[in-house]
Amino acid sequence: MLTYAIKRIALAVLILFVVMLAMYGMVFLVPGDPASVALGPRATPALKAMLTERMGLDQPVAVQIWRFFANAAQGDLGIDVWSKRPVLDQILEAFPQTLLLGTVALAWALTLGITLGVLAVVYRGTFIDRALGLISVSFISVPSFVVAIYLLLIFAVWLQWLPAIGAGKSGDIPSQIKALILPSLAVGIGWVGYLARMVRASMLEIMAANHIRTARAFGLPERKVVTRYALRLAIVPTISVIAVGLGSILSSAVFVETVFSRPGIGTLITGAVFKRNYPVVMGTVLVTTAFYLLVITCADLLIAKLDPRVRDALAR
Amino acid sequence: MTDPLLEIDALSIAYHTDHGRLSALRGASLIARAGEVIGIVGESGCGKSTLAASVINLLPAAAEVTNGAVRYKGQDILSLHPEAQRALRGQDIAMIFQDPMTAFNPVLTMGAQLVDFQHAAQIPRAEKLARARTLLARVGMPDPDLTLRRYPHQLSGGMRQRVAIAAALLMNPTILVADEPTTALDVTMEAQIIHLLRDLRRDYQGAILVITHHLGVVAELCDRVYVMYAGEVVEEALVDDLFHAPLHPYTSALIACDPGHFEQATPILPTIPGRLPDLRNPPIGCSFAPRCPIASEICATPPPRMQISLTQSALCHKAGGRP
Ligand SMILES: Nc1ncnc2c1ncn2[C@@H]1O[C@H](COP(=O)(O)OP(=O)(O)OP(=O)(O)O)[C@@H](O)[C@H]1O
Ligand code: SF4
Ligand SMILES: [Mg+2]
Repeated sequence: MLTYAIKRIALAVLILFVVMLAMYGMVFLVPGDPASVALGPRATPALKAMLTERMGLDQPVAVQIWRFFANAAQGDLGIDVWSKRPVLDQILEAFPQTLLLGTVALAWALTLGITLGVLAVVYRGTFIDRALGLISVSFISVPSFVVAIYLLLIFAVWLQWLPAIGAGKSGDIPSQIKALILPSLAVGIGWVGYLARMVRASMLEIMAANHIRTARAFGLPERKVVTRYALRLAIVPTISVIAVGLGSILSSAVFVETVFSRPGIGTLITGAVFKRNYPVVMGTVLVTTAFYLLVITCADLLIAKLDPRVRDALAR
Repeated sequence: MTDPLLEIDALSIAYHTDHGRLSALRGASLIARAGEVIGIVGESGCGKSTLAASVINLLPAAAEVTNGAVRYKGQDILSLHPEAQRALRGQDIAMIFQDPMTAFNPVLTMGAQLVDFQHAAQIPRAEKLARARTLLARVGMPDPDLTLRRYPHQLSGGMRQRVAIAAALLMNPTILVADEPTTALDVTMEAQIIHLLRDLRRDYQGAILVITHHLGVVAELCDRVYVMYAGEVVEEALVDDLFHAPLHPYTSALIACDPGHFEQATPILPTIPGRLPDLRNPPIGCSFAPRCPIASEICATPPPRMQISLTQSALCHKAGGRP
């Protein structure tokens, strides 16, 4: 198990490295010299040269890449050429906002998704099962920013129950919670449907398994059969899907943050891309990728912990 | 004679399939008394598992009981309230299933499951564990404490089958149903499990139903036998009578094909020519007729149940030497 953990972490670091190299490649493929774009059409050559130097763009690519990794390893992601603030500070400000949004979205997805999935299994073949199926599929097929816009129109503009934009007043927890409801629903709702379908499918498969019949043959109460004997097993494949899905949750957070004008990684990165603010773009991608890899690695380790068969297969 | 513990009375069960209704059981009857070991034999697909599952009413969702009753101590199980049925399961009537590989939950330890199976007993967990330990030792598990900490996949097939037997005995059931307890095992394991079951039957008070397609198992373990064919009980007999004076041509064919019956190894294993009839469209006459060596015109009509002695009967026009 320990060797497995070390292997997984080494792999994650390697992936991170490759992703950042690819990012660098993309930066140089995009037309438009960052300094000219940043300064606009009327900049003097002297000013441009100064900015180019400050951004480190005058150095050979290899040196730039080396510097980036060497600094990043020490926790220095460079200075934002616009605001003159360290990139890391900006990310550390924005990231918790996105993380909060993603976590709450995931919490919606998990509680609603698993509940709906289990309900569909308990009432399989009935009207309830079919209705839940229809709802789940529509949740999956509508893009999150469309959901965001409709939620905003209905609950914020029309009913005026919840705020339309922002993250709430700082220090005012109730207002922050209110501001979080719509965006997190918009991000999580597709996952509610997806998880509901997935839990239903794997539960149905498991409920037909021989060991469930054994549990019933010993007269265990159906509630215990469903939760302890079936759901525990159905959760295992769901975990890896959720972990992988976190990537898509983060990317839908980008849209949703824009629609609701919430501060966060999404707003930060869209702004930075428009202004060709490369240090911020690179830093943000690095941090989100690292976070994503961390989650996937933890999920794999968690699965090994939950399923003794996986654990034993790894020990061999 | 004592009152039967279990009485299956003219039970008919159909499966709803995509290709129509399949009659898996057609008027099967059986009784089991305390202290008896009953064998149920027949080819694959003749309805043995369906019959076994009906005893605790754990039939697949696609199954429908179309006729008949299953009585436990005189009480019709199938019409009991679901909660009352559940109360019988594992406590009064216990099952040992066909496939030990998949019979247990893969993410719970054997100890956790053996404790769960005693949910109806109002005793502390430690006592339940102790009881599980005693029974594991009883079925010959070398290290009961270790077994309790194991997950199912960490045990061999034979060991899992032993644990399954121990599990079935946990609550002292009055009826023990073993659905092909040895089929998934190799020959040595099979011999060991049969030995264990023989050992158990000595001090077991209730009735045991052993389902198998292996006549050797019947000869080793059982007192009485029901032979099944295409969803019907075609012969009922004491074990000795069955082997020495079979009534039904299908029984004779089964005995002739049993590998244990040959003195020397044969290069080819004889099988009964032909196949089971299509159970979606069962024949009106004798369902064995297409494969029966002595079939004649009369066999196109439904065969009567010929009772030739108090303990032996067969579903055949020609049983007991009629032309
Ligand atoms: N869940 C099901 N749905 C539809 N048909 C089924 C189902 N289970 C069993 N059957 C059919 O019912 C008939 C009897 O099956 P059953 O499992 O009782 O036979 P068996 O004698 O136990 O066979 P085996 O020796 O292979 O275990 C077979 O024709 C089988 O195909
Ligand atoms: S009824 Fe006829 S066909 Fe059927 S088993 Fe008897 S002799 Fe054979
Ligand atoms: Mg079977």
